[in-house]
Amino acid sequence: MNKIILILQREYMTRVRKRSFWITTLITPLLITAIYAIPALLFFAGGDLKTIEIIDESNLFKDKFKSGKDYAYTFKKASVTQAKADLKKNKVTALVHIPANIIDNPNGLEIFSEKSVGLNLQNDIENIVQAEVRNQRLKRAGIDTQIIEDNRVNVNAETYSLTEGQEKSSNTGVSMGLGYAIALLLYFVVFFSGSQVMNGVIEEKSNRIIEVIVSSVRPIELMMGKIIGVGLVGLTQFVLWISLTIAISSATTHFLKAKLEAKAKTELSSQASQKQVEAAVKQMSEAGPGSKVMGIMDTIGDLPWGKILVLFLFYYLGGYLFYSALFAAVGSAVESPQEGQQLIFPVTMPLIISIMLMSFIINEPDSKIAFWASIIPFTSPVNMMARIPFGVEWWEIGLSMALLVLGFIGTTWLAARIYRVGILMYGKKVTLKELSKWIFYKV
Amino acid sequence: MSHPLLETRHVFKRYSSHTALDDVSLDIPQGRIFGLLGPNGAGKTSLIRIINQITAPDEGEVLLNGERLHPKHIADIGYLPEERGLYKKMQVGDQLIYLARLKGLSQREATERLKRWFIKFDIKDWWDKKVEDLSKGMAQKCQFIATIVHEPKLVILDEPFSGFDPINANLLKDEILELKQKGSTIIFSTHRMESVEELCDSIALINRSKVVLKGEKRDIKRQFMDNTFTLEYAGSLILPDEYEVISKTELEPNVYRTNVRIGPGGSVNALLTLVIHQVELKSFSENVPSFNDIFIRVVGETATQALLP
Repeated sequence: MNKIILILQREYMTRVRKRSFWITTLITPLLITAIYAIPALLFFAGGDLKTIEIIDESNLFKDKFKSGKDYAYTFKKASVTQAKADLKKNKVTALVHIPANIIDNPNGLEIFSEKSVGLNLQNDIENIVQAEVRNQRLKRAGIDTQIIEDNRVNVNAETYSLTEGQEKSSNTGVSMGLGYAIALLLYFVVFFSGSQVMNGVIEEKSNRIIEVIVSSVRPIELMMGKIIGVGLVGLTQFVLWISLTIAISSATTHFLKAKLEAKAKTELSSQASQKQVEAAVKQMSEAGPGSKVMGIMDTIGDLPWGKILVLFLFYYLGGYLFYSALFAAVGSAVESPQEGQQLIFPVTMPLIISIMLMSFIINEPDSKIAFWASIIPFTSPVNMMARIPFGVEWWEIGLSMALLVLGFIGTTWLAARIYRVGILMYGKKVTLKELSKWIFYKV
Repeated sequence: MSHPLLETRHVFKRYSSHTALDDVSLDIPQGRIFGLLGPNGAGKTSLIRIINQITAPDEGEVLLNGERLHPKHIADIGYLPEERGLYKKMQVGDQLIYLARLKGLSQREATERLKRWFIKFDIKDWWDKKVEDLSKGMAQKCQFIATIVHEPKLVILDEPFSGFDPINANLLKDEILELKQKGSTIIFSTHRMESVEELCDSIALINRSKVVLKGEKRDIKRQFMDNTFTLEYAGSLILPDEYEVISKTELEPNVYRTNVRIGPGGSVNALLTLVIHQVELKSFSENVPSFNDIFIRVVGETATQALLP
């Protein structure tokens, strides 16, 4: 036992001391923060007003194009050739030409610009023109505009999940996204840590230090020390990720909020009272893209985070222990990482299958397949985590956890039997059949 | 009172396709250097692995100090395998401390002792180096230190001289002799017969998984002496039939070296009397077989035997 601790200490320290460990540990939270902070920053930065000139020969669109904070539309009476020539001189971003017969020939719409127009702008213009052309055609067919207006209905379903007798507004999109994210994270972490275990075993074997070590400790002690050590490295990284992400993102939120206040102040007069500023900030963050984000944030906030976190840790450890023992067994049988890559495929296949199943399960989290995939230990770590945000019965979680524990005890036992033979076997190209024979060897 | 430090009794080890050890019984006395000889694949490594408790025998038992091998004996054994290796990315000092702690030393004790060894070998500035920055010979030295830093009763060295230059090989030889003086027992597995001649007190020769020859170095040599003698002389020599001339070479004009076997009825004294009367004798010595000869003779014999139907 003492020796397992020595071994795991070494495994842990050599990995944590590596520069690459700290680089990934620091960069990941920065990336996560960037994902939500960059759109917000763009919101502040997007003060660049673009001028769009419109030559409307049909005279139908005078009121349809409304200048906003991003685009200023100006109508011009000039020939297209003339306007095109003046485009650069007048610092105009784009020139829109709407021909007189636009109603009969909707494809006659032309947009000119020096640089290519953004897809957003193009879509906006097309939508405006398209809507008006349709209106005009309907009118020509004798349909009242009022009827058209009345028939413009948008359906937005509000979904509720009934848990613990309480109605909660749920957002299926958020649950799906979260299920995906957590399951993928789990898959990568298990895969990555497992490969580290395998490469560590191969290193010891190809270094030939293995013979010295196993003359001091039992092979199973070496294997368990390595597995636990690498697992703790993964756990450390995970904890650092979470705490750093929280720290960095709350700092960023603080910064953005301050910026929002400053912006509100400059837009109001300089003598505005604190109250007025607060009101303006509130208005700003509720209007526009902010409100949608707030809605999603509400749903995310309503999720059972404690439960998700605890289950994630359990399934990470369980899945990791289940697979890393097999990774170690394969590592013991080969002498180079390349050889390992070939032989590891049967081990990683269930992991890959669970990722394939996941996209199905996300869509039907209560199906039979979803149930079994989240119960059987080979696929349960990834697939149970994919289901958790949708709500899973406690007995299912319990059963899946119990089977996973049994599963990793089983794989560890099996792997240890292969491992103790493999580490001392040199110069032999090993097949899976050979590996399975080793299970029954006497050593 | 004194039982041998290490005893193997009727040890068998079988693998699916072959038998690696077939009824191997050896006594290795305390404080001696014991040569474990044999051609490649004879079973030496299998035996060493059993002594190190890396594997277990199928039958038979191994006793250390009269006790059956037990995990606690790990601290009493130091093992330098033939295939050397250390963690390449780890610092030398950290690595040796780690290995010493696996053998049961405390962090402090390991550090103190290792520092002393580093001073002794004059390699203090290697402490913080990574193993990958050391030359092969330097790494070997470090590994030798790792083998003996916990002051084991039994040191097992598998081809210890391979990869050492002559200067470092001498250094190592001195260390081995010093270990012996301090009372350690050394098992020395090698193909190099000249180092066997130099260092070993007794040997065992394993061939085809069996012990084919074992005993004190002197006794074995005596066993293989064939009553032949080498004479160098000037002049011409004629000997009676009891003395068979095996070979004769002319070293310089009129100076010869001959090999003579003394047959039944002859004796060394009689031979010398005959010789002194005929020629000017320059040297006379009994032919003592080298271990190289013995090795080739014994292994070669069994090899030819195996070819017979």
